[in-house]
Amino acid sequence: MIAVDLPYWAQSLLRVLGGTVAVLLPAGTIVYLFLFKMMSFMQSRLGPMEAGPYGSMQLFAEVGKWLQKEDIQPENADKRVFKIAPLVVLVSTFLLVAVVPFGPDAYFTDFEAGIFYALAVSSVSVLGILIAGWSSANKYSLLGGLRAAGQLIAYELPMVLAVIGVVIQAGTMNLNQIVAAQNAGSMFGWDGLGNPYVLTQFVGFVVFMIAIQAELTQAPFDMPIAESELVSGYMTEYSGFRFLIFFIAEFATVGVFTLIASVLFLGGWGVPFAWFGWESLGDVDNWMNVVGPLVMITKMLALSGIVMWVRFSYPRLREDQLQRFAWKVLIPVSVVNIMVTAILKVAF
Amino acid sequence: MTDLIDRQKLGYIAAQAADARLNVELETEGMTLNIGPQHPATHGTLRIIVRLDGEQVVWADPSAGYMHRGYEKLTEVRTYPQVTTLINRIDWLGSFANEVPFILAAERLMGIEAPPRAQVIRTILFELSRISNVGLFLGDLGVQLGAVTPVFLAFRDREYVLNLIEGATGGRFHPNFDRIGGLKDDLPSGWVDETRQVMKKLRGFCDEMEDLLFGNKVFQDRTRGIGVIPAGVAQQYGLSGANLRASGVDWDLRRDQALPLAYDQVDWKVWTHPDGDSFARCWVRLQEVRESTKIVDQLLDLLPSGPVMAKVPRIIKVPEGEAFVSTENPLGEMGYYVVSQGELGPFRVRIRTASFNNISIVPWVLRGVYVPDVITILASLYFILGDIDK
Repeated sequence: MIAVDLPYWAQSLLRVLGGTVAVLLPAGTIVYLFLFKMMSFMQSRLGPMEAGPYGSMQLFAEVGKWLQKEDIQPENADKRVFKIAPLVVLVSTFLLVAVVPFGPDAYFTDFEAGIFYALAVSSVSVLGILIAGWSSANKYSLLGGLRAAGQLIAYELPMVLAVIGVVIQAGTMNLNQIVAAQNAGSMFGWDGLGNPYVLTQFVGFVVFMIAIQAELTQAPFDMPIAESELVSGYMTEYSGFRFLIFFIAEFATVGVFTLIASVLFLGGWGVPFAWFGWESLGDVDNWMNVVGPLVMITKMLALSGIVMWVRFSYPRLREDQLQRFAWKVLIPVSVVNIMVTAILKVAF
Repeated sequence: MTDLIDRQKLGYIAAQAADARLNVELETEGMTLNIGPQHPATHGTLRIIVRLDGEQVVWADPSAGYMHRGYEKLTEVRTYPQVTTLINRIDWLGSFANEVPFILAAERLMGIEAPPRAQVIRTILFELSRISNVGLFLGDLGVQLGAVTPVFLAFRDREYVLNLIEGATGGRFHPNFDRIGGLKDDLPSGWVDETRQVMKKLRGFCDEMEDLLFGNKVFQDRTRGIGVIPAGVAQQYGLSGANLRASGVDWDLRRDQALPLAYDQVDWKVWTHPDGDSFARCWVRLQEVRESTKIVDQLLDLLPSGPVMAKVPRIIKVPEGEAFVSTENPLGEMGYYVVSQGELGPFRVRIRTASFNNISIVPWVLRGVYVPDVITILASLYFILGDIDK
């Protein structure tokens, strides 16, 4: 435990700053590494090369460009709601990062019902998207918003069901305890690797990754945006600063969701192949608070790399095919997964 | 007893009435959606007015003419050699192919024929413009369905073909290279070898597309069984080109008519597909690009020597008469009906473009499909706005 006593205001300030960094840093890294560079290389082009070394400052240039643009609102739009919508989406991301543990003490809040809270606030963004689509006074936005609402609600369910398997196995909903349970665990008496749930809960992991792909509206599940059909879906009428917020929220949410996935399935902030014989959270050395965030960022990048890889290589499903996939494949599979997990849990 | 039956009847009627009332209450009013004139899926300014019930299309009507440039009228105030500059721009992705039928029509009126070498080079350039056009279609198809990568690969490989066209004609998009009686110039040195290499690359591109796009489960789910056009309907609406061949009609003007082009000297196949759905249309086009590369390869082998220009008077006056020549262009059948009164320019030119007829089936084929399928069907019908609006 860290033996520093900070006054409440300083703690709050640290948390706010830390939260901002924890949201914006992954977002920026994902945009640069994957959206700019990996996508370009996959498409046999170089991507941004001018701003900064290898175009690494391109994102700042883009942000500067968007900030300068005019903030256009359609005449018939419900202006107040139209303005709030992107903020609602972004706030959902910030609420989500609050429960992600980056080390034994490096967390913003230590919730007992952490994962329950995370799944609950992740659906706040649906509201933002729906009101963005509705208030824009644009038919394409409306279609996009409605598609998004249908899709996000349909894929919330397999996501929750996939998480239940992990919760049953760990016996706790606290994310930090889940990390400890994975790293302090052992497989058939061998504790070299701990027991990351990606092995025992592989079905849950796959379902969870597919579900977050859909939650993040990345291809092949990107029909709410569907730029060739709906122009830009619910974002059609947004420009400048407000579009920027949507854009940040999109990639920040990729970061936060993959952080949660790495906590649930990849052993969180624990270093793979080394847990140094700690028995529980209380034993963990302080230096882990520094190494932990780096480990988390690495795991996050690996997982979001998969998300982006799929995004760049797949065409888009149709709305009814997407719903059929959720209700007829993912949900039955994850329910069976829960039952098998529960039976094995009781048996062993 | 009767009392009971009556009560049952009354209950039944009441239930029916309640259902009917519920249906009336639940019935949503439709929405009219204008897809276009500015919309990413219409490659330009086609406007399709669709009446939607939820996401289902009840009724659709294409409204063309937002980019009408009046080519038929403009040709009347130009001399014959000047007309090719204009008609280059009808189907802007396969420009050279636009020139050929007009030149052939004018040649037929004048009673001359291009020398054999010019005929072969003409055919090669015709096929190159088909490759650059349909190759881009294959990439664009991915974008329409939400896959971003194929279009970049298509642009990358189209660049090689455009370089070839530029090397031979001097223009990448608007070659203006075809002349009455032959071609403007002969091929530059080294062009033949380079073309062989590029054709190899393009066959690789076709394989890549087959792996990346056509073999993809999502792509197949999105295109198979979507927008089925039976052979009879396709013929009634006057579809042509790959859209017709995808419905199982074995019809290709390159093979079926005798024109002074070199198609009869090479060994190639006309691909058809029995399904008539969006996948069939895309697949037939993919095979078409492959066949084109083969045609070009074979023509390069049998390139005869000799002049590329027949003896024509310096000032071209086409004798009085009428001629209609149509060829199998990248988008389908393209024909020019040229009426000459013996002057420097044509008296009247009627242009039969493929896309105009191809989109005439849109109201029929869009009925009852979902909005995402509208995009699939439009992408697979493959039209170019210049070709619709002329």
